Amino acid sequence: MHTLSVKEMSEKLQKREITSVDLTQHYLNRISQYDPALNAYVTVTPELALEMAKQADALLDAGKGHALTGIPIAHKDIFCSLGVKTTCGSKMLDNFISPYDAKVVEATRELAMPILGKTNMDEFAMGSSSESSYYGATLNPWDHQAVPGGSSGGAAAVIAAGLAPLATGSDTGGSIRQPASFCGITGIKPTYGTVSRYGMIAYASSFDQGGAMTRSAEEAAWLLQVMAGFDERDSTCLEQEVPDYSQQLGQSVKGLRIGVPAEYFESGLDASVEKVVRDALAAYEALGAELIPVSLPNKDLAVPAYYVLAPAEASSNLSRFDGVRYGYRCENPHDLEDLYHRSRSEGFGAEVKRRIMVGAYVLSAGYYDAYYLKAQKLRRMVRDDFTKAFESCDVIMGPVAPTPAFNIGEKSDDPVSMYLADLYTIPVNLAGLPAMSVPAGFAEGRPVGLHLIGPYHSEAALLNIAHQYQQVTDWHCQMPATYE
Amino acid sequence: MTWEVVIGLEIHAQLTTKTKIFSGSPIAYGAEPNTQANLLDLGMPGQLPVLNKAVIPKAIKFGLAIGAEIGRRSIFDRKNYFYPDLPKGYQTSQFSFPIVDKGGVVEIEVDGDTKKIGVTRAHLEEDAGKSLHDAFPGQTGIDLNRAGTPLLEIVSEPDMRSAKEAVAYAKKVHELVQYLGICDGNMQEGSFRVDSNVSIHKPGTPFGTRAELKNINSFKFIEQAIEIEIDRQIEILESGGKVVQETRLYDADKNETRSMREKEEANDYRYFPCPDLLPVVVTQADIDAIQAEMPELPDAKRARFVAEFELSDYDATLLASSRAMADYFEAVVALTKQPKISANWVMGELSKSLNQHDLTISESPVTAAQLAGLINRIQDNTISGKMAKQVFDAMWSGEGDADTVIAEKGLKQITDVGAIEAMIDQVLADNAKQVEAYRNGQEKMFGFFVGQVMKASKGQANPAQVNQLLKQKLQ
Amino acid sequence: MSLEKNQVDAIAQLAGLSVDATESEQLTEKLSNVLGIFQQMQAIDTDGIEPMAHPLDQVQRLREDRVTETNHREAYQSIAPAAENGLYLVPQVID
Ligand SMILES: [Mg+2]
Ligand SMILES: [Zn+2]
Repeated sequence: MHTLSVKEMSEKLQKREITSVDLTQHYLNRISQYDPALNAYVTVTPELALEMAKQADALLDAGKGHALTGIPIAHKDIFCSLGVKTTCGSKMLDNFISPYDAKVVEATRELAMPILGKTNMDEFAMGSSSESSYYGATLNPWDHQAVPGGSSGGAAAVIAAGLAPLATGSDTGGSIRQPASFCGITGIKPTYGTVSRYGMIAYASSFDQGGAMTRSAEEAAWLLQVMAGFDERDSTCLEQEVPDYSQQLGQSVKGLRIGVPAEYFESGLDASVEKVVRDALAAYEALGAELIPVSLPNKDLAVPAYYVLAPAEASSNLSRFDGVRYGYRCENPHDLEDLYHRSRSEGFGAEVKRRIMVGAYVLSAGYYDAYYLKAQKLRRMVRDDFTKAFESCDVIMGPVAPTPAFNIGEKSDDPVSMYLADLYTIPVNLAGLPAMSVPAGFAEGRPVGLHLIGPYHSEAALLNIAHQYQQVTDWHCQMPATYE
Repeated sequence: MTWEVVIGLEIHAQLTTKTKIFSGSPIAYGAEPNTQANLLDLGMPGQLPVLNKAVIPKAIKFGLAIGAEIGRRSIFDRKNYFYPDLPKGYQTSQFSFPIVDKGGVVEIEVDGDTKKIGVTRAHLEEDAGKSLHDAFPGQTGIDLNRAGTPLLEIVSEPDMRSAKEAVAYAKKVHELVQYLGICDGNMQEGSFRVDSNVSIHKPGTPFGTRAELKNINSFKFIEQAIEIEIDRQIEILESGGKVVQETRLYDADKNETRSMREKEEANDYRYFPCPDLLPVVVTQADIDAIQAEMPELPDAKRARFVAEFELSDYDATLLASSRAMADYFEAVVALTKQPKISANWVMGELSKSLNQHDLTISESPVTAAQLAGLINRIQDNTISGKMAKQVFDAMWSGEGDADTVIAEKGLKQITDVGAIEAMIDQVLADNAKQVEAYRNGQEKMFGFFVGQVMKASKGQANPAQVNQLLKQKLQ
Repeated sequence: MSLEKNQVDAIAQLAGLSVDATESEQLTEKLSNVLGIFQQMQAIDTDGIEPMAHPLDQVQRLREDRVTETNHREAYQSIAPAAENGLYLVPQVID
C-alpha cells in the first residue's frame, strides 16, 4: 500500500476498496519495523492514529470525506499537537504535552487524517542535518551513513522510506528543501505568510514557514492546499484566497522562462550535483522552456545576514524556555538565577546555545547597528536581487545544496561549514519567496534535488512546473531498496 | 549656589479594554490567580500575538489631547530580560517608533504660576504579571493574570523642578486620561502608576545621576518620596559622595527610600522589532475620525464654565475636576437654567453628602434630574431654602423626587399675601413694646419680627415675602 | 573577529545561560568563527538602504476587543514544573 500514490490511496478510500484503519495500520507496522533503526520519528502515536482512522472510515462510509480524509500524516515535531508530546527535538520540551493544536495540525485533524506521529528534527530547527536532536540523529534512508538533511530530516526520511504518505515540515533557512533534496522527495516552502505559524514553535519568526513534504508535486499540491490559508491568530499570515493548486497542474511549460543564476553555479558547487541540475534544466528545455541567464549578485551576503538575523530572533524567541511554566526545570535550583541558567543550559543542546548567544551578541549594546541593522539592509539587497531577476524570468532554477547528503558526523563539529551548506536556500528565506526541491537524480548514489524558486505567491505555478517535470521523469517514484 | 532639582516622570496608564493587548483573555481586577492567563499570556511555545483594535484610538486620543505628533507607522519592539513575571522573556513595547511621538505638552499650575511640561513620547506596551512573595516560604508565587494588560507609558521630559510640580503634572495626566475615557485612573488597583526619575545638579552644569522611584500609589506619597529623595541626594553630594543610578522603593511607614536593585548597568535590553507583529499604520482619516470624537478637555471646560455660566474660576475648576462631576453639573443646569444655584448645590449639599458617605458622583443616590427638580421648586418659591435641605435629605434616603417629598411632607410654602399679612398683624399686635422700640431706632429688632412670623407660620411662610411685608407694615 | 573569554561569559549572562570553564573556551573559539563570517558584511555599502524587518510589506491586522479565552488553569498548570494554589512557583525572589 505504501507504494501507491496519495491520489490512488484516496480513490481506493473513497470507493471503500481499502479502509483508513488498514492503511494506517500498514504504516504503523512499517514504522515498527523500520523506524527503530532509521530514527525518523520522535513520537509514534498508534492509538491516536487508529482512532482517527476509525473516524475517517465513518466519514467515508457516510460519503462525507474530503479527498485526504483517512490518509495518514506525520507532523514535524515543531507543530504543537494537542495531547501529544511536542519536543521540537529538545530535552527542554521532553515532557511537554501540548495543550493545543497548531493551525496545521488542526487543519489535518479536521479532515480526519490519522496522525502517525511526530518526526525528528534538528533541535529547535537549528541545523541542516537532523543530528542535533535530543533524540539522536535520523539516518538517510538511501544511505545510512548519510544525514537526511535538516532540520526537517525526520519528515524527509519518513516520506523517502515509505513510513508516511504525507508529512509536514518547516523551512527557516532551507529546512524543507535541503532534506527533500538529500532524501529524494518533493518539498515546498510557500511564500512567507501562506501557512499560519500559529502553534509552530518559533525559531526565527520572520523566516519560519511551514510547508509540505511528499513524494510528488501533485501530492504536495494536495497537502499544501490543506495547510495554507488565512488564520487570524497569526498577524503575519496573508489575508488572501488560496488558489486551487491541483487545478493548475495541467499547464504546459512551453515558453516558460527559466532564470539560471550564474552565482548558483560558481565554485563550491559539487560537479556531480551540477550535472544533475544541468540535466534537469535540459529536460525542461526539451519540454519547450527557455533558459535565461540571470544574476543574484548579493547571494554571498545572504549567509552572514541570515546567521545574524535568525539567531537574533531565536535568542528572543527561546527566552520563554525558562523552567517556570512548562518544560524542563533543573533539579533543586538554589535561587532564581540558578533556575534560569541551569534549566536552560541543561535543557538546550550545544548548537541552540551557540545560536542564542550569537543572537544575544548581535543585539547587544554597541553591536546592534554593525550587525543586526546591517544584516537587515543586506536582507533587502538580497530580496531586490530576486525582484530584478524575476523581471526577466518566470522561475529560477539551480541546486538546492552544493553537495549530496554528507556523512553523519562530517560537519557536526564545525558550525561554519554547516552554515555554508545552506547558501542556495537561505536567500529565498531572506526574501520570503516560495521555493521547492524536486528529485532530479543521484550523485554518488545519494539523491539530488532541483531547486525551483518563484516570485511571491507563485506556489500554483511552481507546483505545476514541478509536476510537468515529474510527468517525464521518475526520480520521485524511486524508493531506496531497503524500504521497498 | 543652591541645588536645582530635575524630575521626569514615566506614567503607566492601563487602558480600559475588555481583553489583553495581544490576546483574547479577559481583564478583571482581583480574579483568582492565573485564571485569566491563557496560552499566549503564559508564553506557550508557538503562540502568536494579535493586536487589540481598541488600544490604538485610545493612545491616539491621548496624543491629540496633548498636541503630540501621532506615529503614522509605529512599531512594536521586544525588550529582552528574564524575570518570572515576564513569561516570554521579553516585554512587547514600542521603542524606536512610538504611537504618540514628540511634541506633546501638558500645562500645570503651581502656586499660581503656569508651566508647560513636555511629553517626550507615549507608547503602547504589555504589562507583566505579579510576583507574590509571601504565599509560600522560600518561594515566590507567580500570577500571570495581569500579564498582557495594555498599558500606555507616558514619558515626560525632565522638565519638573520640584516635587510639587511633579505631582501637579501627574495629577493633570491622571485627570486627562480619565477625561478621555482611556484609563480608569484607579491608583490602588495599579491602573495608574507613576515612576519618578529624580536628580539634582548645580544650575549651568550637566544633569546629575538620577534615581528612579517606582510604583508609588498615591499623589501624597509621590510628593513625600520625591522630597526625601532630594534631601538624600543633597546630603550625599554635599558630603562628597556620588549618587548611584538605581531603582529605589519608597517605604511610606518609615518615610524613606531604599535601594531595590543596583544592577541597572547589567541591563542590556537588546530591543529589536518584534517579528511576530507588523507596523501599525495610522492614516490621516483615522486621526480625523478620532479627533471628531474627542471629548471636551478639562481646561476648555473650565474656560467655558466661566464664560457661559459666569462662574468664578474657583467654582469652574472644582466642577470640571472630573468628567462625571462636570457632566452631572451640566445636566442639572440644563433643567434649571440656573448655573449659580446649581453650582452651589452640586459643590455644597451634594458634595458634602457624597464625601460623608464616601461615594463618587456617579454613585450618587440623588440624580441630576432630582436635584434639578429640587432647585426648580426653590426657584418658583414652592419651598424655602430651609425646606429644601429637608427635601434633599429625603431624596438622598430614597423617598422619591422633590415633588413627591414636598407633597408627602406637606412642605408647601405660604405665599398668600393676605395670610402672611394676617400673621404679621397678629405678631405686631402681640409685641407692641418691641414695635415701639423698633420705631424708636432699634432696627435690630427687625430680625425678631421675622423670626416670630416664621414661627407663627411653622416655618412655611415665604421668607422674602415676610421681609417685604414686614418692612411695609413697620413704616 | 575574535571574542575574549570574558565577553563570552557576559553574553552567556545576557542569554540566561551558564557556561563552565571548558565550555566557555570551546564556545569562545566557535563563536569567534561564526562571527568571522559576519566580517564580509562590513565592507558592503548599505547607505540609503532601508532595513528590512519582514519579508512582506504588510501592516498589522487588528483583533476585535472581544473575550475569546476561557479559564483552563488546571490543564495549563498540569504541565508546570511547580505550581500550587494556582500559582507558578520559583525560588524566592528578593527585590
Ligand atoms: Mg520605562
Ligand atoms: Zn513601561
